[in-house]
Amino acid sequence: MPDDAVTAQKSQGGEVPLESLQDPHFLQNLRQQMVKFARLQLRDEDLAEDAVQEALAGALKNADSFARQSALRTWVFSILKYKIADALRHRQRVIASSELGDDEHREQAFMDALFKTNGHWHKAERPTSWSGPQGGVQSEHFWRVFDACLNGLPEKQARVFMMREFIELESEEICSQLDLTTSNLYVILYRARMRLRKCLESSWFSPDERKTLRKEGRK
Amino acid sequence: MMDCKKATRLASESQERKLKTGEKLELKLHLAICSGCRNFAHQVGILRGLARDYARGEEKAPPQDQPQDAGKSSPEE
Repeated sequence: MPDDAVTAQKSQGGEVPLESLQDPHFLQNLRQQMVKFARLQLRDEDLAEDAVQEALAGALKNADSFARQSALRTWVFSILKYKIADALRHRQRVIASSELGDDEHREQAFMDALFKTNGHWHKAERPTSWSGPQGGVQSEHFWRVFDACLNGLPEKQARVFMMREFIELESEEICSQLDLTTSNLYVILYRARMRLRKCLESSWFSPDERKTLRKEGRK
Repeated sequence: MMDCKKATRLASESQERKLKTGEKLELKLHLAICSGCRNFAHQVGILRGLARDYARGEEKAPPQDQPQDAGKSSPEE
């Protein structure tokens, strides 16, 4: 690649040129993200490690054709997605279906705690604006909170949410991979978003938490 | 009048499918008078942005906290 092309790329939104793909720090970082991602979906350390190993090995063979780290990252994750889907399909045959299904009682109780019988918010549960001082803070600490909230989702909700929002699969793809109806998918995503936003609001955005978190963030 | 349960369902579904004109209108009317659901509708878009930043490891990017039209799904790049 000519020097001026590299420079041009550098200036575009902080993209990193080709040679740093050999950067062990970048690869190690990428690997960590993949493991975190696979672990959340598979909930199994060994399966996650295997999926990441296979995806990385496959992807890095052709790493030279990627000029940007971000493109490589996207590609590696798209391979990882298939490895995870494979592992899930395999496991689905082994696990009893009840373990994968949502616990309807739990879900009903969760919704009842949010909404009154007339379908309107309980006052304390009404979503508040996230545009306060915490809204602009995207610190390491925030991502730890985000991570914890994701981990707090019921397994199926977490998986579907990640397929939709991390891997950016379309609804039809998720439905066929997980054998869901469209309306099931909508309900699962709705519940996942409801839980995530509630968790983020109470652990990060809510006025009560702000003081303590800001204090922690400073040290 | 649509209740909050229904309104939040539609706001969430607007991330997956184009709402019908009637649904969009009903949702809009509800959001006009309900700040809780308005915040919710805004937050489903923020969640999408956060999830994508997180997955892509762009952990330094600031969150996008600009109001968006809940009747539309968030723009793809």
